[in-house]
Amino acid sequence: MIKQFTQLLSIQFKEFFREPGALFWSFIFPILMSLALGMAFSDKPEIVQNAAVILPQNNENSILKNFLKTNCTKLKNKYQIINNNDNIGKTISNFQVVTKTESELMMKRGQIEIIISEENKKVNYYFDPANASSRLAYILISGTIDNKKLISDNSIIKPLEAKGMRYIDFLVPGLLAMGIMSSSLWGISYSLISKRSKKLLRRIVATPMKKSLFMFTMFLSRFTFSILEVVVLLVFARIVFGITIQGSMFAFAGILISGCFFFMGLAILLASRTSNTQVGNGLVNLFTMPMMLLSGIFFSYNHFPDFAIQIIKYLPLTLFTDSLRSVINEGAGLNEVIVPIVILFTSGLIVFLTGLKIYKWY
Amino acid sequence: MAKIGFEPIVSAKNIFKSFKTVKALNGVDLEILPVEYTALLGPNGAGKTTLVEIIEGIQNPDSGEIKIFGKHWKGNKDELYDKIGLSFQETRFEDKITTKETLKMFASFYGLGNKRIDEILNIVNLEEKSKSYVVNLSGGQRQKLALGIALLNNPKLLILDEPTTGLDPTARREIWSILHSLKKEQGTSMILTTHYMEEAENLCDKIIILDNGKVLSKGTLKELISDSDSGEIIEFKVSDKNKLPDFSGYNDVRNINFDESTNLVTINIVNTSIVLPEIINLLNNANCEISELRCRYVTLDDLFIKMTGRKLTD
Repeated sequence: MIKQFTQLLSIQFKEFFREPGALFWSFIFPILMSLALGMAFSDKPEIVQNAAVILPQNNENSILKNFLKTNCTKLKNKYQIINNNDNIGKTISNFQVVTKTESELMMKRGQIEIIISEENKKVNYYFDPANASSRLAYILISGTIDNKKLISDNSIIKPLEAKGMRYIDFLVPGLLAMGIMSSSLWGISYSLISKRSKKLLRRIVATPMKKSLFMFTMFLSRFTFSILEVVVLLVFARIVFGITIQGSMFAFAGILISGCFFFMGLAILLASRTSNTQVGNGLVNLFTMPMMLLSGIFFSYNHFPDFAIQIIKYLPLTLFTDSLRSVINEGAGLNEVIVPIVILFTSGLIVFLTGLKIYKWY
Repeated sequence: MAKIGFEPIVSAKNIFKSFKTVKALNGVDLEILPVEYTALLGPNGAGKTTLVEIIEGIQNPDSGEIKIFGKHWKGNKDELYDKIGLSFQETRFEDKITTKETLKMFASFYGLGNKRIDEILNIVNLEEKSKSYVVNLSGGQRQKLALGIALLNNPKLLILDEPTTGLDPTARREIWSILHSLKKEQGTSMILTTHYMEEAENLCDKIIILDNGKVLSKGTLKELISDSDSGEIIEFKVSDKNKLPDFSGYNDVRNINFDESTNLVTINIVNTSIVLPEIINLLNNANCEISELRCRYVTLDDLFIKMTGRKLTD
């Protein structure tokens, strides 16, 4: 029995480590993802706004002409204001003096966010209110033209740099959860379906070896890979972004195990009948894609309408990600995450047993 | 009561099996005795694979009884899998696992160690490929690996489903030679499905001809051919089929077959030495030009065509 166990486990490890694609998606991809997104969102990005200015025919004493002359730097073909503040980052406003026809063309081509003109000593702003960057351009530019300060004397900007509050802190638990979901579903489902389609599964079980041992080693090897993935990403996130687990390690282990268990159980269910790898791909995508988009891996799901949030909150990947976030970033203990642990574990058991019940070995 | 040594290793009685609208097996009886090599011969769709899968315990019959070493599959799976060796049609092993690693994993299922793995590598002549990934093995080498896995547990009964399909003649003969020596040295019994008549003739003591889920005939090659009282065959090609004389009136001619695609005439007769001069005479008189004249004994293929009107390879 021990010999069978070690042999099955060793074969599954070899299959995994000899497949460069599997190694890339499991270990390198999450690191590259966190690096790219972490870097992109950790530097304060420049805000650049482009406005077209239509000066009045008779532009003596024009508000806009005076503004451009007095407040802006004249460059080759435009006027520019650069507002550089350590706390909120750099904001650049570009103004191009053009005719009405030219301004309309520029707007159609997406070269500008706003058109500014002047009539009877009043400044007119033309922009699409549905476009968030146009609205931001209006707020910032109109404030500048009206001589309002970007940061009022009564305000003090305090950038959030504490651990747990940055975008990267939000992102890393999401990547962990997504990685575990993908590697469990793809790893187990694909491997089982491919073994069935090669008729290898029926050959393996047409021996005195116990089927339960085969399933157990499949689970154990996949669980080990998932833990390795988590360790690699967490070590990377600690070294590069200083992310640490602020909550209880028991809670972290509990949520990790229940999340892995759920997705491995789901993988058994998805792989229980088909011997066609393309059908298998479709089934796995059917479950992973909606959850990856909805469960708030990269951006909060709170932007969705209220009725949708009530459903999204209970998606397995959302439960898993939210719990990981609360343990890693909010310092949650076992009590705070016991409900999602129980839900994930129980539903994992249900999908696993259903999968086994309808499982086709031959 | 029969002597223990002669109790059948496999006994199947009145086996029926259907899949949706297809009747795969339609009342099949079968008995395999110790140290007996049996071929299940039949064209694609004859029911060969279904029958071996029922013998292998992978499928259950709709009705009928199957016993292996005197035991039913139910409740005896582990014990029976310990005694039999299997090779399925087209099993593909993991690509990035070596020959030796694959054997090692299967050996562990039977509690066997490295010594047996080395023996198997020697038996199936794969020693030089022991460290090659399966993906780098040729078709013949993969079949030998499948055979090696089937032999790991020193099985009393070997069940091979089309073990040489798709292989070139050299690889096929290599597998035959392994199976011949196995019978001589180990006293193994074997059930082999094939649609190669030559394979059944070369390897097996007993041949069972299956078609449409039924046993058409069974026995040794000699029995099958003499039972059928099939006589002999005269074959030739004609350049103009319109000039072909009518042989049907002759008592000694049993059956005439004309293949439109090759212009081949096959005449089934009782005795060549008596009939051949008369046939040549008739052809000369009719001014019918012939080529590739051949006289031979009846083969399984002729027998199969006579029984079913189809070729084995159809």
